Amino acid sequence: MTTRAYAANTRAGEPLLTVRDLSVTFLRQGEKPFTAVDGVSFDVRPGQTVGLVGESGSGKSVTSLAIMGLLPARGNQVTGTAKFDGTDLLALDNNAMRDRRGRDLGMIFQDPLSSLNPVVPIGIQVTEVLERHKGMSRKAAMPKAREMLDKVGIPDPDRRLKDYPQQLSGGMRQRALIAMALACEPRLLIADEPTTALDVTIQAQILQLLKDLVRDSGTALIMITHDLGVVAGLCDEVNVMYGGRIVERGLRHDLFAAPRHPYTHGLLGSIPRLDGARGEPLHPIPGSVADNLPWAHACAFAPRCSQPLPVCREVTPDFVEDGPNALRCHNPVGQPLRDQEVSS
Amino acid sequence: MSETPKGWRPGAAKKERIDALAATVSDAGAIDEKPGVSLIASAWKRLRRDRIFLIGLTITVIFVLVAIFANVIAPHDPTKPIPELISKVRRQTNPIPGPEPGFPLGSDDRGRDLLSRLIVGSRQTLIVCVFATIFSLAGGMILGTLAGAVGGWVDSLVMRIVDILLSIPSLLLAFSVAAMAAKPSQWTVIIAISIAYLPVFARLLRGSMLAQRHSDHVLAARALGVKEGAVVFRHMLPNAIGPVIVQATLVLATAVIDAAALSFLGLGNPNDRQPEWGQMLGKAQEYLADYPHMAFYPAACIIVVAFGFTLMGESLREALDPKTRR
Repeated sequence: MTTRAYAANTRAGEPLLTVRDLSVTFLRQGEKPFTAVDGVSFDVRPGQTVGLVGESGSGKSVTSLAIMGLLPARGNQVTGTAKFDGTDLLALDNNAMRDRRGRDLGMIFQDPLSSLNPVVPIGIQVTEVLERHKGMSRKAAMPKAREMLDKVGIPDPDRRLKDYPQQLSGGMRQRALIAMALACEPRLLIADEPTTALDVTIQAQILQLLKDLVRDSGTALIMITHDLGVVAGLCDEVNVMYGGRIVERGLRHDLFAAPRHPYTHGLLGSIPRLDGARGEPLHPIPGSVADNLPWAHACAFAPRCSQPLPVCREVTPDFVEDGPNALRCHNPVGQPLRDQEVSS
Repeated sequence: MSETPKGWRPGAAKKERIDALAATVSDAGAIDEKPGVSLIASAWKRLRRDRIFLIGLTITVIFVLVAIFANVIAPHDPTKPIPELISKVRRQTNPIPGPEPGFPLGSDDRGRDLLSRLIVGSRQTLIVCVFATIFSLAGGMILGTLAGAVGGWVDSLVMRIVDILLSIPSLLLAFSVAAMAAKPSQWTVIIAISIAYLPVFARLLRGSMLAQRHSDHVLAARALGVKEGAVVFRHMLPNAIGPVIVQATLVLATAVIDAAALSFLGLGNPNDRQPEWGQMLGKAQEYLADYPHMAFYPAACIIVVAFGFTLMGESLREALDPKTRR
């Protein structure tokens, strides 16, 4: 896809999903509440692929579960809005949300084996969705299930319909899950690290499959990953999350060409390069999310940042939007002079 | 478990065992079998080669066949004194004849054929242990599913009741229930044993249901909008039931022993026209010093049958538990 085509793609049309100020707080018994997602806002348009990127614990999976209404009601506090085609998903009651899941919203999970029911044949698991949302009988749904397995590239679908999940290879299991998620042609698909548990060649196949399906059906896709390679290959727009907040947003090419947040910069820098000198050390981001400062009066990333300023530990950086790009940083990469401005 | 106390509490060890068993289920999905077999099929494939399981299975099958065809197999009427034996009783100073031609195990204290009584007695034992297991399994599954699927205060209420029952030793609980009955019969024995083992099944199923509730495939099913009822009965229960089935086989064994114990103590069916092994054992007690064989035969039957069930249950557990697979 050319730069122009995808830029046009990104801007075109009204957003299908508008997430505003989404926050999720875990109310833990006998402990301080923990805010896993802290005021996240983003848009997804039909046919667009939006990436949520971040390391473990950055709140990307919790964001997706909150949108899907899959967080247990007990012990979680979800605030903000997630308008899907004009309806606030977060305000829907359980039954209404259950009707939407699988029909309007599909989701693919990280571990394809444990996400399939081990005691039910694949065919029954695919038809279950069709029976539930399309009111089809199992008999009527079987040919459609076969068609779905064929569509996601499972060879010999007739035989696979009768197979149990453990009889399928990892890649085929993920394909089966995608078939289930797409059976009712949802308008929004959330993929939560769909390739993490697969080996590299299968990863590429699954990503290509997702890409084709999104292109053919106009489905909007939220891609949750920690793998920047996946982002580079698939996403139109990228949101980098850290400590429950979006710290940088950009179109794919802008973000990869000129990352501005030190965290994004660090993520890109920590990928080992084939063309680097042999013996060149890897460049990990030091520390872990356990070092985070509270966002309330600092930048959470400051303790791990490569270029922190004194102000980073005292003032919450604002989320400054500039067209499709946005940034939450006191001292962006490539702007070292900011130091004097702030302290003067 | 957060509510498990540090010090000793009644039933604590029992609860821990049940919870450990329930925990095995969460790994059931991790079985990575060669293509071509479902979970149950692969378990059966392993069991077929398991000599211990086959011994248990053989004992059980023989026991069940004998119990079903008891009337055909039994050489004599177990309820009526046999004239030949009676005449022996009268002639000798020895009141209870031992083995005689045609009566390989001899007579009981009233001149009835001991072998026939043992054979017909197997029927009572089978009825009691099967029904007691079915009832406790059914009750325990209803409570366990309710607690595990609904959660919240329902879970707390059900599980506290179950915990109270678990804190009483099962045999003592069965005695208490049986002793409350106005008129002892085989049904009071069945109900008493059912109540004694119901909490074991409830806690076991609840534990494995909880593990399922937090499993990925249940989350995935929810993400597809599957209704709550279908989530519980299609996605949670079938995956949680493994340890319960294993436990049921083991309860069959303990039910045989408990039923015998209740009858032995006079809490079972008092009608000796319906022979039962525990009851025969109780009677034999009176003649234990002079005729130990009268106690030996029913005791041996009880032990062998319980042993058969236990062998079967243990191998089943190994076959279904990926961790102990050999």
